[in-house]
Amino acid sequence: MAKAIKDPPRSVQLEMYAFLRLTRAIDEKSHQLHQQGKVVGGLFSNLGQEAISVGSGFALEKGDYVAPMTRNIGTVLVRGHSARDILTQYLARATSPTRGKDNSQHFGDVERTGVIGYISMLGDMVPVMAGMALGSRLKGEQRVAMTYVGDGGTSTGDFYEGLNFAAVQRLALVVIIENNQYAYSTPTAKQSLLKDLSEKSKAFGIPGYTGDGNDVFEVYRMTKKCVEEARAGGGPQLLEFRTFRMRGHAPHDNQAYVPKELIEEWKRKDPIDRCEQAIGITAAEKEEVGKRVRATIEDAAEYAEKSPFPDGAEAVKGVFEDDSIVAFTPWWRRDA
Amino acid sequence: MPEVTFLDAISRGLWEEMEADKSVFLMGEDIGIYGGAFKVTKGFLEKFGPDRVVDATLSEEGFVGAAIGASYVGLRPVVEFQFIDFIACAFDQIVNVAATSRYRWGRPAPVTFRGPWGGGGRAGMFHSRNIEMWFAHSPGIKVVAPSTPSDAKGLLKSCIRDNDPCLFLEHKYLYRRLKEDVPDGSPAIPIGKAKVVRGGGQITIVSYGMMVHRCLEAMARMPEISAELIDLRTIYPLDREAVVESVKKTSKVMIVHEDTRTGGIAGEIAAVVNEEAFEHLDGPIVRVTSPDVPIPFAPTLEDAVLPGVADIVEAARRLAAY
Repeated sequence: MAKAIKDPPRSVQLEMYAFLRLTRAIDEKSHQLHQQGKVVGGLFSNLGQEAISVGSGFALEKGDYVAPMTRNIGTVLVRGHSARDILTQYLARATSPTRGKDNSQHFGDVERTGVIGYISMLGDMVPVMAGMALGSRLKGEQRVAMTYVGDGGTSTGDFYEGLNFAAVQRLALVVIIENNQYAYSTPTAKQSLLKDLSEKSKAFGIPGYTGDGNDVFEVYRMTKKCVEEARAGGGPQLLEFRTFRMRGHAPHDNQAYVPKELIEEWKRKDPIDRCEQAIGITAAEKEEVGKRVRATIEDAAEYAEKSPFPDGAEAVKGVFEDDSIVAFTPWWRRDA
Repeated sequence: MPEVTFLDAISRGLWEEMEADKSVFLMGEDIGIYGGAFKVTKGFLEKFGPDRVVDATLSEEGFVGAAIGASYVGLRPVVEFQFIDFIACAFDQIVNVAATSRYRWGRPAPVTFRGPWGGGGRAGMFHSRNIEMWFAHSPGIKVVAPSTPSDAKGLLKSCIRDNDPCLFLEHKYLYRRLKEDVPDGSPAIPIGKAKVVRGGGQITIVSYGMMVHRCLEAMARMPEISAELIDLRTIYPLDREAVVESVKKTSKVMIVHEDTRTGGIAGEIAAVVNEEAFEHLDGPIVRVTSPDVPIPFAPTLEDAVLPGVADIVEAARRLAAY
């Protein structure tokens, strides 16, 4: 049996395990709903990448800020959003956090959960989170801001501009590169000549580390160290976690371009199996978590499916504080 | 009452807002130690310190993103572009992150983006551009373009206090050429309200920015025409009522702007007049604009592109006689 883990304590280990299971269950449920034609638009899988979101989510303190990306369901769950939030978003319902205005996990709550609503442009949240760290410091607070980019996202200008600005300003920013080895169909070797993407830290003069993204406890410990370092005034930290995207870019993509052996290899490194082994989970514990997760998912799916779509009249509201700026009745709709 | 330049009025507006509200801070290239390329923020670093006057890296997309993030924690950042042309480098952060922010997740991004704008300075196509319509066409951001020192100061205050992102355009040709009495502590001027600069009954001339002054010069050369001059002051939201009310009175309208023709605000104003005052029109809606070209460098070329006083006089006479 593996050596017992000291940090976090076993009660937290079990909690983390439960979040891994919940993340995967949402993934399975949402793909089922997608096959039934109930999911509006695209869907981005978290399968096989759960450990990075959950482990890093646990490394933050209350009051810290985090901008997830599209494969970070675990982060938003750990920070206090619900399965209902996620499934109502996927089904574009009026009860969703964005009230049907935007898709995926593009939502947040600065005060309650510290989660920031991200956008589809990759790398864009790096400078934004640098700014949250800057703003917090200006207010005399010691908050840490964290965000994720994919291997592909490290090729963007925003990634460089944001991290470099943060480095010069010595901001409490942690950026996690979630290296799942493919950006849509493009392998990491076509994004960068570096073996370890964390080496990009050298361009900014900041620390960089690479770790095992399928070991939730390694992710947790490494991220926690970086969060503490950033909070103590050590400036931004760059982390790379290696993992693998186990489904295509989205459901329409069967990822025929990925060698089958790679998928088989990474199946054997499944983060949930490894977590179970690491904590020596008992059959009773596993059953208890499974029961809880099933109940949460059934509730969230039922709630989402029963929720109405937003009223069309809502579409012209909320662009500005003053809705009258956008309101307009065309000539052909007015009384003659 | 102190007589101040267009530039000083902007500087005073920033200063007074920073004194009044601790959440206001500045970010941009060379704005601290150097005081800004045009010296709008001269003396600010000494007064407010480096936390509130942030000399940024040479990275528009980066520091604009950072300003948006800072606005999420309750601050009111004012970002300076050294020349407004460089806002193109930050386009993604402004139109995708900031302008959609309130709509998509309920969290507004109250950032003010400001910088020297417009042509006439022999500065070439990358330091002279009219970028207003890129943003007027991107829902979620207001676009303000004053033409006088007092309007500049008052409207800048409104932009900083606004709970949505604002783009504040400072015509650099006016920076040191205009002077006006502007009292200390002067009040904010509401965004979205045009101003009747001169009343008249024969034709309406709609303009904004530096062209307002060219229109005034043109009007002095044609005293035989009673023209009503409207300064839009805000491009978005457009003060439709002010334009329509004037056209209902004069029945003829021309729009003068230095922005290029296709997709310029003149086209939108023509459409509004068509929808709201069709029966009142006694002549074609006339546009006096730059042609669809980048602003060229040589004085003879730039002068050939930007609408001149003679162009405005000629157009106004033709329209009045129609």
